[in-house]
Amino acid sequence: MMFIPEPLRLLAFVVGIIAFIALNAAYLVWLERKVAGHIQRRIGPKEVGPFGLLQPLADGLKLMSKQLLVPKGVDPYLFKVAPLLVLVPAVMSFVTIPFSENLVARNIDIGLLVIFAFASVNVMGLLLGGWGSANKYAVISAARCVSQNVAYEIPMLITVITMIMVTHTMNLNEIVMQQDGSLLNWYIFRLSASPLMPVAFLIFFTCSLAETNRAPFDLGEAESELIAGYHTEYSGMGFGVFFMGEYANIIIGCSLATILFLGGWQCPLGLYPGWWWFLAKVYLLIFCVMWIRWTYPRTTLWGLLNLSWKYLIPISLVNLLLTGAMIKLWPLLKTFLMGAS
Amino acid sequence: MSDLARSQNQETFVLNLGPQHPATHGVLRVKLTMDGEYIVEAEPVLGYIHRMHEKMGENRTWAQFMPNTARLDYLGALSYNHGYVKVVEQAMGIEVPERAEYIRVITVELNRIASHLLWFGAFVLDLGGFTPLLYAFDDREHILDLLESVTGARLTFCYFRFGGLYNDIDDDFVTGSRAFIKRLRKRMPDYHNLVTKNIILITRLKDIGILPGEMCRKYGATGPVLRGSGVDYDVRKNEPYSVYPELDFDVPVYSECDSMARYMVRMDEMEQSMRIIEQALDKLPAGPIMPEKVPKILKPEPGDYYSAVEAPRGTFGIRVVSDGTNKAYRLKLRSPTFSNLSLFGEASQGMLLADALALMGSLDLVIPEIDR
Amino acid sequence: MGEYFKELFGGTKSLVVGLGITIKHMVKPVVTLQYPHESLKMSARFRGHIELLGDEETGASKCVVCGMCQRACPSGCIALAGEKPEGAKKKVLTSYVLDFTKCSLCGQCVESCKFGAITFSKEYNLAGPRKEAYIFDLKKRLEERSG
Ligand code: SF4
Ligand code: SF4
Repeated sequence: MMFIPEPLRLLAFVVGIIAFIALNAAYLVWLERKVAGHIQRRIGPKEVGPFGLLQPLADGLKLMSKQLLVPKGVDPYLFKVAPLLVLVPAVMSFVTIPFSENLVARNIDIGLLVIFAFASVNVMGLLLGGWGSANKYAVISAARCVSQNVAYEIPMLITVITMIMVTHTMNLNEIVMQQDGSLLNWYIFRLSASPLMPVAFLIFFTCSLAETNRAPFDLGEAESELIAGYHTEYSGMGFGVFFMGEYANIIIGCSLATILFLGGWQCPLGLYPGWWWFLAKVYLLIFCVMWIRWTYPRTTLWGLLNLSWKYLIPISLVNLLLTGAMIKLWPLLKTFLMGAS
Repeated sequence: MSDLARSQNQETFVLNLGPQHPATHGVLRVKLTMDGEYIVEAEPVLGYIHRMHEKMGENRTWAQFMPNTARLDYLGALSYNHGYVKVVEQAMGIEVPERAEYIRVITVELNRIASHLLWFGAFVLDLGGFTPLLYAFDDREHILDLLESVTGARLTFCYFRFGGLYNDIDDDFVTGSRAFIKRLRKRMPDYHNLVTKNIILITRLKDIGILPGEMCRKYGATGPVLRGSGVDYDVRKNEPYSVYPELDFDVPVYSECDSMARYMVRMDEMEQSMRIIEQALDKLPAGPIMPEKVPKILKPEPGDYYSAVEAPRGTFGIRVVSDGTNKAYRLKLRSPTFSNLSLFGEASQGMLLADALALMGSLDLVIPEIDR
Repeated sequence: MGEYFKELFGGTKSLVVGLGITIKHMVKPVVTLQYPHESLKMSARFRGHIELLGDEETGASKCVVCGMCQRACPSGCIALAGEKPEGAKKKVLTSYVLDFTKCSLCGQCVESCKFGAITFSKEYNLAGPRKEAYIFDLKKRLEERSG
């Protein structure tokens, strides 16, 4: 491998990650509009550039050229800091995400922990943005976001703990490496670790939807109730940064699901592993996120808490127990089966 | 009222919902006193789109008021056309040819389906689901195309005339209507699978927004709102008019009183309207669409006339007082959504904001009709 | 407990069915018309703003300035004037102005005209930044059409 001095390597990664997020945020919006369009039997953006491909550019320019309005009565510092509090942790989380075996900014042993630590800062941004806006709709939205995030962190973390029990590591790259070989080695299909693995994946995916405030859990934004929720008062790039943060969080959620359950950068057939597989899986999940958004109505706070406490938490706890049991039992069972044959 | 809302000593704040708000579908303003996300008091504020239609009725000749009736409830304009021509025909003693009556029923029911389809989409949009709206619009466009081909307009129809119709329907319209009904029948299961049976929608509507039959009567609510509260009342059945008595249809009634019941009433009504249209198309007699002679200048006998029709949103009543001149002395419109909205204040007490908006959506408000 | 699982599976099933429907629609062709590039042909009865009709041979307006349309209009959009030239039997139209900003496209004017002098145009691309652009001089438009 070519040797690159460490500071230069980091700089390259920082630039790369920011470019990756910006590009993705822009083109995921385009994709979202296309997906929504076709689901609704229309075309979506098509005027700017071929297939409307330059639309994100035009939108970006528009957002940047708009005046940043700071309404009267807002808390000027919180108001300005909040969008950054959403975006920066999302950018930081990318540091530990392994795009391929070698393509990772920092291969940290506690990568999983780092991501969750940063993810919990995100909700701060929403809260402060809503609170700082001094707008009643925004305040209601901020309160909703916080209670929603707290409720969904629990089943998500229980599932993650289960995964750590299975993988014995928090190093994301190692987790991926454990899933090499064929499709059946992916954790989602590793029924020997716990028979409820596919369910665990669904729980994780649902929770990451809720964490990122995506429909059907977009209570915070709820445009038919709260106008635009916490970013009601934001204009121009203030809104743009919130938006980028939201999409960055979606990418992180889907990346984590890919890494933990879908074998990260491993190929389903064990051939040519690499970053393209990782991206393909992530985008497939992102497509599902969009597909879900354009299918369902929105839940309410009670419905959301109900789902979390009645279904997700008990099931993920059962999964935790089962996994614990399997860790002890599977070796015994295996020797028993071996002995029998 | 829930205990939470009753604790008045807690700090409350006022939230102005509207006049520009996505959930009010127009310029309705609701002044909400909120305790957190709970509504302590809701007070609808009207008048943002008041256009004095009743006063205009006193200053225009009988025929000139016709286009105004399409601008009350622009989603069910033909029902309002019908109500107005009916009361004037009553005052003048004009007989309507049978063919005209059948065509009136066909077009009014098509309009009712269009209105319910739009409500369906907009209601799900209120609940945060965007896609059903566009599917419903797709179907609705077909109805509008049909109606445009006979009436010449897509929304603010001005199609009925005193004694009959503006012009006759043709074979294309008949085949088009049949084809549309076939199409909608095929699409209905999709709507039910995508929306009605969706667990998220059910949890949002079931047992939420209870409007007891008593409350509906107290405020004079009619239409699907009343029928969703277990009261079997439909002007088409209870005070039969036009050729409805000759057609076989049911009036869907649900006694759950919740938002889901109102939703189901409207979904079932679409099916019933399709039945009515099919029968009317089968029975459609030949003949003229206008009576032999209608007086050029209308001057009804002095008197007081009232007539009501079943509009998509409930009973549309119209009362005219004639002093024997070519203009009405007084023209009073009883619009259904005005009464349907007035119960919102009482019904939404102690509700969560999100649920109250679902309740508001289930009332199917059209603001220009409330303000007139 | 049975109820619990019934709810769980029933709910999940309804969600999956919903996803199935949207994906089914996604692969179907679009139903929209790409408006500025394609446009619809209006139906025969479409009611646009009114237009004067000319005589087939002479191209002159068929209007005899009886004023019925003006009186029938609920919104008072029509202003017309005519004069009786020396020796002529009928009045001749000198100006016919439609204030389209007030018109409700109700069609009462067309119905009231006993001479078939006005009709609906099929124009629907009507939007503009200035109000004055919608005060149509129908007589001039007729003359332009008949050349
Ligand atoms: S269409 Fe109606 S409103 Fe318009 S000019 Fe004719 S009569 Fe007047
Ligand atoms: S009613 Fe006809 S003939 Fe009479 S003035 Fe109007 S356009 Fe001319």
